[in-house]
Amino acid sequence: MTTITLALSKGRIFEETLPLLAAAGIQPTEDPERSRKLIINTNQPDVRLIIVRATDVPTYVQHGAADLGVAGKDVLMEHGGEGLYQPVDLNIARCRMMVAAPVGFDYEAAVRRGARLRVATKYVQTARLFFAAKGVHVDLIKLYGSMELAPLVGLADVIVDLVSTGGTLKANNLAAVEEIAPISSRLIVNQAALKLKHRHLQPIIDAFRQAAA
Amino acid sequence: MNHAWLLPEYIEDILPPYAQQVEALRRRLLDLFAGWGYELVCPPLIEYLDSLLTGKAQDLDLKTFKVVDVLSGRLLGVRADITPQVARIDAHLLNRKGPSRLCYAGAVLHTRPAALTHSRELLQVGAELFGHPGVEADREVLELLLAALRETGLGDIRVSLGHVGIFDALATVAGVAEADRQALFQALQAKDMPALQGLGRCLTPDVANALMRLPELYGDAGVLATARRVLPDLPDIARALDELTELATLEAGIELLVDLADLRGYGYHNGAMFAAYAGGQAQAIALGGRYDGAGALFGRARPATGFSLDLRRVVGSLPVPTQPRGILAPHSADAGLRRRIDTLRAAGECVVVELPGQETHRAESGCDRMLVLESGEWQIRPLV
Repeated sequence: MTTITLALSKGRIFEETLPLLAAAGIQPTEDPERSRKLIINTNQPDVRLIIVRATDVPTYVQHGAADLGVAGKDVLMEHGGEGLYQPVDLNIARCRMMVAAPVGFDYEAAVRRGARLRVATKYVQTARLFFAAKGVHVDLIKLYGSMELAPLVGLADVIVDLVSTGGTLKANNLAAVEEIAPISSRLIVNQAALKLKHRHLQPIIDAFRQAAA
Repeated sequence: MNHAWLLPEYIEDILPPYAQQVEALRRRLLDLFAGWGYELVCPPLIEYLDSLLTGKAQDLDLKTFKVVDVLSGRLLGVRADITPQVARIDAHLLNRKGPSRLCYAGAVLHTRPAALTHSRELLQVGAELFGHPGVEADREVLELLLAALRETGLGDIRVSLGHVGIFDALATVAGVAEADRQALFQALQAKDMPALQGLGRCLTPDVANALMRLPELYGDAGVLATARRVLPDLPDIARALDELTELATLEAGIELLVDLADLRGYGYHNGAMFAAYAGGQAQAIALGGRYDGAGALFGRARPATGFSLDLRRVVGSLPVPTQPRGILAPHSADAGLRRRIDTLRAAGECVVVELPGQETHRAESGCDRMLVLESGEWQIRPLV
């Protein structure tokens, strides 16, 4: 029997993927928020879900440890997406990748050609490519959380981060100054799996595409 | 702490019994190629960097280890791909007017592993056919690839066929600039429909629609009939589809698939392309296709098509080999024993002569039988 493995992260992506799975006739037999299991079976004997960290989803799929996965565009931009198909925009977990600075910071003047900007972010690769395309020199400071703090205490001039409502920015007296990319989650597929398990994967991909449209 | 045993990342030894398995398969593949008229060439491990980097493929540059040649002051590259070297040999050294068939087996190095857990040292084995522009050459090379795959003994194989000509025809008719071609090609390669939609806005609707169809045009040979219906009626597209139809209908005993958005090797390949996948492997195990321009750098652009595979990865997907067990012989100056050993070895048996004092390590010898002197004759008995 050909087993299909789908990699998902807990939380928002899992919740918003459930209706898409249902459209493909797949129902998990357990709730990962309550279970500690990392492999979750479904009502279909040949389909299983694995629960991994959001940033690890492309790695599992690229390596063939999972055939399919649901990953945010933010994670894919950072990963590079090599060896992956990204056929469907699922239109879930929507937000924006933004540059944000303290209110009153003259961002326009700072990014003038030749300027050197200190950027704090979790998304180092995305920030590097974005500012390189703008022709701005940057010093990147890799942080793992609470990015908003960095400009307030003088660690950085600006931050690059995901913004959904803007509430956290506002509470810390920051403002979004430029959009890098709109973000939503993608269905990703291992390239070899699509060739080797074409007949099993295609119905799932089609169901996701229709449900997400 | 002494770390002298440590190897660089993504560099590995091949140990017994796998090394023997790699070597045996290398010989079988080269014998197979010889039987089809492919002559063996052995290009050097290092060359002037300029000679190694043919075509527009920038990733080959990043993949290539470089050193400065103290004799010439020029930059040398450690080959990351043997194919351009073979193209150089065909274009510049052999100077044949008709087809030349060449094959090779050798180590190549990559600065970065091509994929997770791949080695940076590969044993590249391949065959190239120069001098014939028609689909007959693609067909011969595909047939040889299928024969090579069967020779490896890998199970659960699919070979995917693609053709750069379709994308090239669409991009040319739409007048797409080189930089935009790169972005389009990346979106197609990732079957990234949202990105394609965005890029398609700058193109005429019929070209944009055709490009949007490509990522979904994959599957069995039936895809080609669909492609004829939905793609624009351009001569180059019709020719590409004709070639793919000829290739996809080969009776191979191996399942052939078509993927019209598979543009791997864009900037290097210019016609039909092949990629072989095996169950349990997350990346293609053999790649090939047509690359007519490569010889131009060496003064003679010749039609060219071929394929290659990494023998290390192929063997990594095979079951652990069961090695024939040997015969242990005692250390002795007995002339009868020497004759008996020679006879056995000549008959293809492995005979290991035990060194004095090593009797306690017999389990490590890899032998399951031993020579014992019984009533004046050296007899083979089970090893105890």
